[in-house]
Amino acid sequence: MDRLKLEGITKEFPGTLANDRVDLSVVPGEIHALLGQNGAGKSTLVKMIYGVLAPDAGRMFWEGQETTIASPAQARRLGIGMVFQHFSLFESLTVAENVALVLRDAGSMDDLSRRIVEVGDRYGLSLDPRRHVHDLSVGERQRVEIARCLMREPRLLIMDEPTSVLTPQEADRLFMTLRQLKAEGCSILYISHKLAEIQALCDRATILRGGRVVGACDPARESPRSMAEMMIGQELSQPHREPVEATGPVRLEVDGLSTATGAPFATEIRDARFSVRAGEIFGIAGVAGSGQAELLLALSGEVRVAPASLKIDGKPAGGLGPAERRALGLALVPEERLGRGAVPALSLADNTVLTGWKTRGLVRGGWVEGAKATALAAAIIKRLGVKARGPADEAGSLSGGNLQKFIVGREISAEPRLLVVAQPTWGVDAGAAAAIHRELIGLAERGAAVLVISQDLDELFLLCDRLAVLYHGRLSPPRRTADTNVEQIGLLMGGMFEAAENADAA
Amino acid sequence: MPLDLRLEQRPQASAAWRYGAPLLAIAITLCAGAALFAVLGYPPAHSLKVFFIDPVSSVEGLAELALKATPLMLCAVGLSIGFRANVWNIGAEGQFVIGALAGGGLCLALQGDGGGWWLLPLMVVAGVLGGMAWAAIPAFLRTRFNANEILVSLMLTYVAVLLLQFLVHGPWKDPAGFNFPQSEMFAEGGLLPVLVEGTRLNLGTLVALAILGLAWAVLTRGLFGFQIRVIGQAPLAAAYAGFDQRRMIWASLLLSGALAGLAGVFEIAGPVGQLTPAIPQNYGFTAIIVAFLGRLHPVGILLGSLVIALSYLGGESAQILLRLPVAVAGVFQGMLLFFLLACDVLIRYRIRLGHSVRRAV
Repeated sequence: MDRLKLEGITKEFPGTLANDRVDLSVVPGEIHALLGQNGAGKSTLVKMIYGVLAPDAGRMFWEGQETTIASPAQARRLGIGMVFQHFSLFESLTVAENVALVLRDAGSMDDLSRRIVEVGDRYGLSLDPRRHVHDLSVGERQRVEIARCLMREPRLLIMDEPTSVLTPQEADRLFMTLRQLKAEGCSILYISHKLAEIQALCDRATILRGGRVVGACDPARESPRSMAEMMIGQELSQPHREPVEATGPVRLEVDGLSTATGAPFATEIRDARFSVRAGEIFGIAGVAGSGQAELLLALSGEVRVAPASLKIDGKPAGGLGPAERRALGLALVPEERLGRGAVPALSLADNTVLTGWKTRGLVRGGWVEGAKATALAAAIIKRLGVKARGPADEAGSLSGGNLQKFIVGREISAEPRLLVVAQPTWGVDAGAAAAIHRELIGLAERGAAVLVISQDLDELFLLCDRLAVLYHGRLSPPRRTADTNVEQIGLLMGGMFEAAENADAA
Repeated sequence: MPLDLRLEQRPQASAAWRYGAPLLAIAITLCAGAALFAVLGYPPAHSLKVFFIDPVSSVEGLAELALKATPLMLCAVGLSIGFRANVWNIGAEGQFVIGALAGGGLCLALQGDGGGWWLLPLMVVAGVLGGMAWAAIPAFLRTRFNANEILVSLMLTYVAVLLLQFLVHGPWKDPAGFNFPQSEMFAEGGLLPVLVEGTRLNLGTLVALAILGLAWAVLTRGLFGFQIRVIGQAPLAAAYAGFDQRRMIWASLLLSGALAGLAGVFEIAGPVGQLTPAIPQNYGFTAIIVAFLGRLHPVGILLGSLVIALSYLGGESAQILLRLPVAVAGVFQGMLLFFLLACDVLIRYRIRLGHSVRRAV
């Protein structure tokens, strides 16, 4: 008997059919992957299973009984647990208090703490119930979320992109926990776009595209490439790059850079040092929230730093603003596309003016040259194959991947001497990711220095000549990609700089 | 099954309703106005005619309409620049009064020998600077101490009005004025030339129209207009682009202050001709309605200022001919803003009439 069975689940949002007659069955004791590009309808589907959204049509069966799941509370009563991508923990409370909040029969705190430690020991989730959540690392917080679900002994656990905030070592520990749960008969519905880990972990996969089920497979018998092609529905051509030893002039020199953005919960950068040469692609890895946002603000000029701590083409630039740095040859793709990299309500043509107003001749004598901006937008759309009707389309009407292609295209078409790009393919489908990677490689081959800040290690190893790791605002010494491996970078991502050095020596 | 009236979000904002909403709001206001007249015991059709048609059925009436609309459009176009950038100057009324005081004070000081051709231009400059100075206070407090410009600019309005009261009751009172609280009449050189003989229509209206045209060009084609839009819609994108937000706050507040000050000078150098306690006519506040009625767009503001000016004239005409209290003009303006805000919902939402979809199991 299936633990969970969906028949013809349909959900419509104004303008889009998020789920179209989706069938799915999850049997006891399996790890079932839900695969699909962004916007394929994965999140909508699991939200309906967890009772956050109500389907417009279709039937749901829980352990053979037809059921309506009206709320998350009801889902939990049935035995469904969910770990969201964004945690729902109270930072000012302790681990035990956070667990007590969701349990109906929490009992005394001492008793509960003992039970938390028990569950933790059983599943390899080491937890101290008395610690406050704000002191915990992201990986530890996730353990709290998982332990909180496990306290209720769920029979179906839903996990939404759980490894995006973990180092490779933390991810391995998570997989051990999940395999143990599976052995005990718990079913797991696992959402991820990291195909390698799905291959290693999952028993079955259901593939969604455009809200529909387009196939199912046994991940162990597929390659990441074949699964990616099922997801995008066409053949995939991956770009390839051999690491080079760049000898060109230093385009970007960061020497003792520290930030003081003053924003609440900011991870300030402390004394970062690295340089990027012409023709080189330099990567910065790190789990989310390690200071990437702050480093980007300091590089773009949105936050000023000591003038000499940041040099572009040898010129002190730390005290300059974004437009002045662009005049020195910098281009930058920020992490947030809507609202920072592009203005949603403005046309694509107007969005070229955003970064080209001072340096690209789009403004003359205080007047915007509309025809030039339109021509530039049209050229970018054509070059990157952006799916848009034309330069007059509002940026907000494009899908995430297409907007990212447009923004990357806009910055690359300025032919910068130095390009800084954050999360170039985050949430972008495999086809668009390949196109963006090709553009970055091409730019470096034409003699630009490229700095890639990413949480995706596969991407960094594919593109970069050298890598450094950001952890709690500290940057590790860079090392050549050819001389390192995922293990070592993973240790650095967890802050174990000494252990990584030893691994280096070994 | 019960009838279900639902608001459903549109995938994209409706361009048609962006312009349709003000028209629908005006239509609903007219209907509600007719109902109001009927309840008060006045024949609705006749009353509406007295209110909206009679005031503009003569050349003189049309001139009065333009005269009333002039300060409204000047204040509103200035405010709309700030509103687009999310800078909320609510104190155009105070900047209007200070502009009038600066221009009028200069005229009173220099007109001893009758004044020459240079007097009016100097007054205009003084009025503009006065309005800017009054708007500079919230700009400084906002950029230096992050003080809320809504409160600061609003409070300064009352300071400005009290300053006017003090001056016309005290130091600037006309010695030959039988102790009335008003200044001397301005000399000929301190008055705006009249455009059409027999009316009060003056050069100020033409200047206001020219400023509207310039604002339209700058807001749609200029880098300044682009920066204002980006800052208003996506402040983070503005920082990424390298637009200086403090400078934009200063620029939008100073500009709206300058235009309100100009409106103040035009008022005293035009129809009034002296400083009196009755100079504040709420133009600065009403301009907020005009700015939104006109979708923060210069062409819309031109039309909006005419509609609101007509409600002022209609109120006077209804007072004289129907013996309705003059407050009825305020009622019409209030209804118009109320219905406009209500109709604006249709830009982002559509009304779905029908039976609710059965929730699936």
